[in-house]
Amino acid sequence: MASLRDIKNRINSTKKTSQITKAMEMVSSSKWNRGVMNAKAFVPYMEKIQEVTASIAMGSQDSNHPMLVSRPVKKTGYLVITSDRGLAGAFNSNVIRQVFQTVKSRHKSNDEFAIIAIGRVGRDFFIKQGMNVVLDITGVADQPSFSEIQDITSSAVGMFSDGTFDELFVYYSHYVSAISQEVTEKKLLPLTDIEVPTKLTSYEFEPNAEEILEVLLPQYAESLIFGALLDSKASEHAARMNAMKNATDNAKDLIGQLSLSYNRARQAAITQEITEIVGGAAALE
Amino acid sequence: MKTMKVHVVTPDGPVYDSEVEMVSTKAQTGELGILPGHIPMVAPLQIGAVRLMKGVNTDYVAVSGGFLEVRPDTVTILAQTAEKSSEIDIERAVRAKERAEQRLRERQQENIDFKRAELALQRAINRISIAQRRI
Repeated sequence: MASLRDIKNRINSTKKTSQITKAMEMVSSSKWNRGVMNAKAFVPYMEKIQEVTASIAMGSQDSNHPMLVSRPVKKTGYLVITSDRGLAGAFNSNVIRQVFQTVKSRHKSNDEFAIIAIGRVGRDFFIKQGMNVVLDITGVADQPSFSEIQDITSSAVGMFSDGTFDELFVYYSHYVSAISQEVTEKKLLPLTDIEVPTKLTSYEFEPNAEEILEVLLPQYAESLIFGALLDSKASEHAARMNAMKNATDNAKDLIGQLSLSYNRARQAAITQEITEIVGGAAALE
Repeated sequence: MKTMKVHVVTPDGPVYDSEVEMVSTKAQTGELGILPGHIPMVAPLQIGAVRLMKGVNTDYVAVSGGFLEVRPDTVTILAQTAEKSSEIDIERAVRAKERAEQRLRERQQENIDFKRAELALQRAINRISIAQRRI
């Protein structure tokens, strides 16, 4: 049986750990709140740009802008969004596992795909696996603003345009609710399946549809990536909040159990001492 | 006078929402003025100011690229960044301007960087000029 002092030490260290996890939980919960707000603020922009893009792309069916046309696929791009830090439960491993399995089942050699990794955890994993990581970005802020990540998005879209890959999928953890996030795969480029809004408006174009698509489509694709990133950030903080809450709860349980055995051991020691004294006194008589 | 709704939205959230009498801005093909009842139209914008006229007041919004979507009763501006004149951080814009000028002076870099610096300079100048107009 562990000595009194050993148990005491374990209780103390568990208490310290639970203080830390409690603090991390609270930090994540405030970040999560803001992350959800950011994702909400983005919705009107996304809806509007989707509506306009769909109206224009549908309105000019004959247009063969490279971003709208599927071409024979020689190389596939995967944009994988993970977090920079761990301690978020299965948040990162879920995304990574799905990408890894998909890539393994779809491709035979490293030349058939390219990975763009956002987030340190994902990048480290794919590099360690010897996979073809063409671009990686780490240190994205918890509340990213569009201008901050524009470099990433425009280079990802640029790689499609210059033929580095012929289609682009994005993998991220979609925020469903505070306790549920699911890994989502979305085909980003070419833009073959734009959701058509209920009412299409026929627009006049200034100067003409082609030139507008030239500007609009990259911007649309970039905002899709930004949307995925915001979504992923909200899930990251929700996942971390949950993981830390579980850790704090577990620590509490553990402290309860340890206190119980501490008190038992203390009681046993006292009982033993009394027995010894009584025994000693009896021997003297 | 008739009015129309104007929304300026960016990926970071809505920036401006109001009823105005006239919107006037610079599209890539030139200066553009829109009154209520305009036919549906889409036009890409230049880096510049959007003037929103409402009675005797005029609001200024600095936009960096993006689109103008017009419908008879609403005008939506989809910009990558946009700020109301009262919300522009002048000091930051001045710093950005200096940085961009500095980069343009050290010309030896690649083409892309050069273009980017040029755009950054344009954005900074735009912000500064709009911010100063309100005084």
